[in-house]
Amino acid sequence: MQWLRRNLVVIAGLLTLAYLILPNIIVMVFSFNKPAGRFNYAWREFSTDAWRDPCGVADLCGSLTLSLQIALWATIGATVLGAMIAFALVRYRFRVRGTINSLIFLPMAMPEVVMAASLLTLFLNLGAELGFWTILIAHTMFCLSFVVVAVKARVMSMDPRLEEAARDLYAGPVQTFLRVTLPIAAPGIAAGAMLAFALSFDDFIITNFNSGNTVTFPMFVWGSAQRGTPVQINVIGTAMFALAVLIVAGGQIVTNRRRKRALPQ
Amino acid sequence: MTDKQAGGDVRLSGISKTYGSFTAVHPLDLTVPQGSFFALLGASGCGKTTTLRMIAGLEEPTTGTVRLGDRDVTALPPHKRPVNTVFQSYALFPHLNIYENIAFGLRRRGIKSVKKQVDDMLELVQLGDFAQRKPHQLSGGQQQRVAVARALINHPQVLLLDEPLGALDLKLRRQMQLELKRIQTEVGITFVHVTHDQEEAMTMADTVAVMNGGRVEQLGAPAELYENPRTTFVANFLGTSNLLEAEVVRNTDGEVVVTVGGGKLRLPAGRCPDATATGGKVLVGIRPEKISLAPAADVDAVPAGRNSVTGRILDSSFIGVSTQYVVESPAGKGLEVYAQNVEHRAGLEPGAEVVLHWNPEHTFGLDAAQAIDAGVETVGETP
Repeated sequence: MQWLRRNLVVIAGLLTLAYLILPNIIVMVFSFNKPAGRFNYAWREFSTDAWRDPCGVADLCGSLTLSLQIALWATIGATVLGAMIAFALVRYRFRVRGTINSLIFLPMAMPEVVMAASLLTLFLNLGAELGFWTILIAHTMFCLSFVVVAVKARVMSMDPRLEEAARDLYAGPVQTFLRVTLPIAAPGIAAGAMLAFALSFDDFIITNFNSGNTVTFPMFVWGSAQRGTPVQINVIGTAMFALAVLIVAGGQIVTNRRRKRALPQ
Repeated sequence: MTDKQAGGDVRLSGISKTYGSFTAVHPLDLTVPQGSFFALLGASGCGKTTTLRMIAGLEEPTTGTVRLGDRDVTALPPHKRPVNTVFQSYALFPHLNIYENIAFGLRRRGIKSVKKQVDDMLELVQLGDFAQRKPHQLSGGQQQRVAVARALINHPQVLLLDEPLGALDLKLRRQMQLELKRIQTEVGITFVHVTHDQEEAMTMADTVAVMNGGRVEQLGAPAELYENPRTTFVANFLGTSNLLEAEVVRNTDGEVVVTVGGGKLRLPAGRCPDATATGGKVLVGIRPEKISLAPAADVDAVPAGRNSVTGRILDSSFIGVSTQYVVESPAGKGLEVYAQNVEHRAGLEPGAEVVLHWNPEHTFGLDAAQAIDAGVETVGETP
């Protein structure tokens, strides 16, 4: 009883962690499965077949490449535009600033399916051909709000005197931005960019409405789930998960090493 | 970078700054001689920081010009002025280590081999072991020294210091005052120091300009300002003054005689406003440490020729080196007297009847048209 009381926080933490990670573990484990039929829902035997041939399913790797491309471009577009909006909102006083500040939240608050339908209406009325470009425009649009919010928080906490100090120390406007403003705002911009990438990569609803005949990875998974779930889907999922963990762990190691080096002997 | 021999004075002419309808700095003429330690002293919002920022180029003057030596730099952006600033909160770059913070200015000017200069500068501010640390890993005093080093390494014509010691505790502040003074003497660069701390200004600066409401009230050496304040603001803001409302009885032979609360006081005409005339009003001032205190019974022992008023001790506080008395008198309420604790003196307890006396030479006169308590409450206020 005593022991339980002392370790309650740890136990609660571990249980929550398990709750979070269990689905990922299932995905991972079943990527090594060799299912009997077309559905990868029951464990049969260990196999690395799917790992040795990840593109073995028709159209899977094509849709994956497309999704990565869209996510990359949407991230770049949303990050550049969002960072600029965030700087403008924090640094400058102009007439419609308050309005823009609230309008930025609109895409986040709007139900996604409503947004998706409205976008489709808009694209059809404009006579736009549905496909790569309509998906990219839609993704950039809904990622923008998240980038703005992430960067704004960072820029708001920045001391404007740092830039004054840079100007005072012979840095022109461009140098000040590159050497001081950007590096200090970088964590906020990076957070916004990562969020944008994740949101765009696995978006289904808006993409489904506005894609025409184009098939992204989430749509491929959805489509194939009607007929059967290839193990390769789990392989891709596991690979993405592992990549994300590697990036986070790598970042952590670099920070730790830097901190250690900076500390006294 | 610029030739520092020929007239490196900072000259502000007719410089002013208005924000909408608010005037932060009224047209101002100021010359800071090359190589001097110059302090701009005033309460928060008096325009001292705005003046400093106009010299740095971070604020554009509404009118007037800024000259460094013979060069008009009014239109130059901050990065093109041979002037560097130590900011109030230091503004060290958090993403760069101490070494790179200090090297920043040199690198921006395209200087490739910075190592020797940076090492020398780290040595000057005694932070050699901290080169690889980040600013947040340093104490306040150390950060302050980095801020000074980062500015000084560029050998500016003028170093601007904006309340550089404001964030430090008292003991460290005293120590840094001496250190800054040492560095200034060592490098010989003109320092313009903005502060609200009158003691700091007087300890460090050769010349102090006291600012109030966007104007320079008085400018001079610290002792000169302290002994001969020309306005009630300066009299009250720099140290403490007893100011008494008096009526002029006579102004002859370089001596002014006034009546205060029924008694007569004398003071040198040279220390009175020019327009002091018989029958007019004048504010008579005397510093608390110039006054001697004696029990009323010893009134006969007061040497002849001294100014004296009677009173009753309201309160006394023992400070250590001195005792501070508050005395109520027909001449004025709440007169302050500081007496050195040389030996214990009987008969100077609260409630005791006393005589206050002082050398008439130590009395100064001020124009009676001013508010008598200007500058009183602002003392010790933090920005």
